[in-house]
Parts: sequence; structure tokens; C-alpha cells
Amino acid sequence: MSGHEPNERGYWGEYGGRFVPETLVAPLDELTEAYFAYRDDSAFRSEFESLLKDFVGRPTPLYFAERLTENLGGARIYLKREDLNHTGAHKINNCVGQILLARRMGKSRIIAETGAGQHGVATATVCARFGLECVIYMGTEDMRRQELNVFRMRLLGAEVRGVDSGSRTLKDAINEALRDWVTNVESSYYLLGSALGPHPYPLMVRDFQSIIGKEAREQILEKEGRLPDVLIACVGGGSNSIGLFHEFMEDDVRMVGVEAGGFGNNLGEHAARFMNDASVGVLQGTKSYLLQDANGQIASTHSVSAGLDYATIGPEHAFLHDSGRVEYISASDDDALEAFHLVSEIEGIIPALESAHAIAHVLKVAPEMPRNSIIVVNLSGRGDKDVNTVAEVQPRGDKK
Amino acid sequence: MSQILKTFEDLKASDKKGFIPFVTAGDPDRETSLEIALALARNGADIIELGVPFSDPLADGPTIQASSQRALENGIAVADIIKMVRQIRHSSRVPVVLFSYLNPILRYGVEKLAFEAAEAGAGGVLITDAVDEEAAEIGVVLGNHGLDLISLIAPTTSDDRLKRIAQNARGFLYAVSRAGVTGARDQNSETAEMLVARARQYTDTPIAVGFGISTREQIDEVWRYADAAVVGSAIVKVIENSIGSGNPAANVEAFVRGLLPKVAKRASEI
Repeated sequence: MSGHEPNERGYWGEYGGRFVPETLVAPLDELTEAYFAYRDDSAFRSEFESLLKDFVGRPTPLYFAERLTENLGGARIYLKREDLNHTGAHKINNCVGQILLARRMGKSRIIAETGAGQHGVATATVCARFGLECVIYMGTEDMRRQELNVFRMRLLGAEVRGVDSGSRTLKDAINEALRDWVTNVESSYYLLGSALGPHPYPLMVRDFQSIIGKEAREQILEKEGRLPDVLIACVGGGSNSIGLFHEFMEDDVRMVGVEAGGFGNNLGEHAARFMNDASVGVLQGTKSYLLQDANGQIASTHSVSAGLDYATIGPEHAFLHDSGRVEYISASDDDALEAFHLVSEIEGIIPALESAHAIAHVLKVAPEMPRNSIIVVNLSGRGDKDVNTVAEVQPRGDKK
Repeated sequence: MSQILKTFEDLKASDKKGFIPFVTAGDPDRETSLEIALALARNGADIIELGVPFSDPLADGPTIQASSQRALENGIAVADIIKMVRQIRHSSRVPVVLFSYLNPILRYGVEKLAFEAAEAGAGGVLITDAVDEEAAEIGVVLGNHGLDLISLIAPTTSDDRLKRIAQNARGFLYAVSRAGVTGARDQNSETAEMLVARARQYTDTPIAVGFGISTREQIDEVWRYADAAVVGSAIVKVIENSIGSGNPAANVEAFVRGLLPKVAKRASEI
């Protein structure tokens, strides 16, 4: 896998690195050193795996979506059921890994950002499990959209701090979490929730999430006796997708990342970093593709799903985009909502709006594929948190 | 010798320490921020830090965040800020350091910025979120145009790193007084003095201390052990408080005269 390792400064090709205020360089060095010390440590690995099994509930099933497959009339569709994890999404995999690291580093206070609230809930959960103080930053627009998750975090004993700056979404929550970290650098551990930010986060988060692809690869070989033709996952910061993709990098398997297409192609109407005005820049510690205006100011973004509503993308994805190893496309709000309803109605699974973007792409490509071909799609989270949003923007259910 | 080093040489020759005020370009609007910068130049500024506003100022506290927001709402861009440098330098010899996050500079083009800023008379550039190795190439480009890339050091900076940064420092070293974001504090931090002492082991480059300095007493304290004091948020707060009611430039002038009584006295005697 060495071809997929960043260099020692955290670069995949020209993307990544560490663009932070000077104060944060030392704690990032400390974190990098700790991570590399424990990355292959057998006691650390076994504690991680044991928690994933008994606390998180892994392995998650790779489920054959029989009715969706019949309905689309093409490729055989498998869902990697990350929605069945404890707390309802893939986010907990990374949180378990990082909390074990934080404990070994002697940190007593955990800070994190959250967009849709899934990472916040997962962080609050592991903090409760290990008795650590927990502060979650969340944009007030996201708090409105994801009220249920705010309540869950508070039930778990976390302090949720609303962020009123900028677009009051994920990006602004990360700014505020970084400001907290730079101020409380001695005591605090920043538990970043996606494969982005300064080195070593993109690498570390990918590693902890790569359990998704490891399991999926074994499971599909067991069920079908061969590898899938296509992997599909949604991409916000990029952790569930890189988690699925990583283990298949050397295989002859197509990979598709689905960005949030929002409601239009103009800047501010979507969160598709590789679309139209694609450009490279530096935001929140990393060099990658991002959405910005002509003056280098970060553009506002839109997606019906809070978890994909973010202006930049993890640096490894930028590299995989340029190399062509992964294809990136986008699905609109409407396409995602259509997929959300379809999977709810015919599979009995309510997907997160983020994951619904991945399924939206399945709806497009599966019918065109031969009946013996195989798609594995990451159902990264469950949609309970999104029912209010869906009720607001596209209610359905009385139609029959 | 660079403008900035020359400034520190002159200060040293007259046994004085430096005062480095910060203002955000374009706050509350272009004309007024130019007036404010000129008022600072007339009232004891030895170097002016001119802030390039950014949408996501993650190293800044609430005061400078709000200031950046006001400036961006007025549509200020890098080209306007370079023009402002030219205007400041047209009526003053005080060196100007552009204080920016990396992304607006990358978008504008590092080479283009270096050429135009140097031509406008700027003395240097400080990039909050591009430190040490990430800034090395940019430092070379700026240097080719005679601009100093100002490096930052912080209390958390390790000895090895401090040594490398200090020995490669251009213009002056900016010592961040404490862990945290920008913003006025009542107390000076003891860590700042220790940090300056640590850096002194490795370099003769002048050292300025910033973050949290807002009073005359704090400036005197910093002047005891460092070469210059940076005052940012406290000045920006005066601007914020003047919006809609008073004359921001006059209020900043009065505030700075309060910070630097000796300079104010000298100015009134002229």
C-alpha cells in the first residue's frame, strides 16, 4: 500500500501538507509521533478492534439490495451497512481510534466539529464511554437542521457550542474548533471527523475508516466469489469514501465519489469541489481543491445534506482525482431526495441524506450495467436525523 | 538592507523600541482605512501591519474576525490593498507589512503579488497559516523582489524548529505571546519573555511580540525584553466602536497617543 502513503510532510502529490498557525505545529508533531508509534502497535490494534466489535457492532453487513436491484434491472447492488453501526454512521470508527490515541497521549479534554451531527454524536459517545470532557462546535444553521443530533450530544454529556460566523455550517465549526485548540493546546485533543485538515489527520482518519473497505472486500468475495465492478460513496470531507476505497486501490475496480450538486451549477449553489470552477487552494490546514471566489475568499456552499455541505475536500481525494484512479461526479439535492425516498420505500432502509447522494448515482448507472455486474455502495449513515429536513423540503408519504 | 531592518537599525541607534500597529485593509471602508493607516504613520508607528481580510480567519479572535467581515462586505481585494500600500508609502516612509492568510495570496499569484507589492513600496509579507517549510518557496519569491517574509514563533515552537526559523528570519521575528487567537488581554504573558529569550540564543534579527497587547503598560513591558510591540485587536476595536458614531481615524489617533505618551508629546512640540 506504500503508493498510497503521503510523504513525511503529509502530501499526496501536491495536495495535503500542514497549513496552520505556528502554535499548532508542535501539537501536530506530537500527534503525528503518537499516531505512528501506535499505528502498528498490537495492543493498540487489538483494543481498537475489540471496541469496534463489541461497542460499535462491527462487522457491519454487506447487504444485497434485492428489490432495488430488481427495480433498476441492471447491476446487482450491495449496501455496506455503516448505518447499522452504533450511533448510526461510519463516523464512530474514526472516533474509537482517535479516542484511544488521545487517552494514550494523556489528553483530558476532547474538542470536535460537526456538520450533520453524526461526528459530534460519535465523539460525544466515545467521550462518555471513556469519561473525557467533550466540547462540540456546530454551526447554528446545522443545529437547526439537525436538532435531534444536538439533543443526542447533550444527552451524552457533551457541551454543544453554536457557531454563528460565516455560513454557520461545517466550515465555520472547524474554524472555531481550531481556535479552541490553539488556545487550549496543552490539555486538549482535537478529534477531527473527516479525512481532511492538516497532516496527520487525512492519513489517520483514512486508516481508521479503512475497516469499511477491508470488511466489504472480504464480504463480497464470500458472497459473490469475486470483486465488485464499481464502488460508490458520497464525498463531503471524504472519510466514508476513502474508507471504502482504500482497500481496493490495487484492484481492478472502478471507484466513484459523489459530491453534493445542490440546486445549481453556480458558486454558492452546490458543494461539488471538482465541478465547473474547480480550483486548488489552502483551507483549514490542507492544500486541495476548494470552492472560492476570484479573490481567494472561500465561497459559501449549499447541499440539502449538512454532512456534504463543505467548501474543500480531503487531499487524498484531490490526488486520486488528478490521477484518475477515482471518478468524481455530483448528485443534486433533488436526485438525492428521490433516492432517499426510493430506498426507504422499497428496501425498508431510511438512508442519511449524505448516503442518498451515493444511491442517487446508483439509480443512474445500475440500469445501464449488465445483470451480472456488481455495485457496492456505502450506506454511510442512517436517515433518522434527516426526517425533519425531508419533511420541510420534499414531504411524501401520503401519496399512496 | 531591507526597509524593515533599516527601521530597526534606526530605532536602535536612537535607543528606542518599535511600535507596530495592525489595521485591516478596507475596515470600515477603503478610504477610512487609508486615513487610519496614515494617522498611525504620523503618530509613532514604526512599521504598519496591513491586514488582508480572509473569509476564514482561523487564527483570529472575534474582533479581527468581525473586522475582516466588514472589509470583505466592502468588496476589498488584494489589488486594492496593494494600491493602498502605494498610497501609504506616497505620504510616509513607514514600512508596510502585508498580514495575510495564504489562500488570497495563492489565488492572486505569489509572483504577481511579490512584484506588485514590492513596486508599491511594501516592506514584507507575513502569512499566518504558512509557516516554516510550507512558506519556504514563497519566501524565496518574495526575497527576489526585496520583500521580507516575516516568520512567526510561538511558545509551543520546539527548540530545533525555533533555531531553524530564527536563523533564517528576515526583517523581524514575530513572537506570538501565548497560545491562542488574536485579541486583547489584560495581562501580558510570561511565556512571551521566555520565548524571546529562547530565540535570542539563535539570532540577532529584531523580535516583535504580538497577540493580546492593548495597553501602554503592556507595551512598556514588552519593550523591556523585545525590540517591538504589535498592537492589533485593541486598535481594531476602536475602529469598530467608532462606526456610525465618530471619526474612526481621529479616535485611533487619540487611542495611539494614549499608548505612546512620549511620541504624542514629541508630536505636539513640533
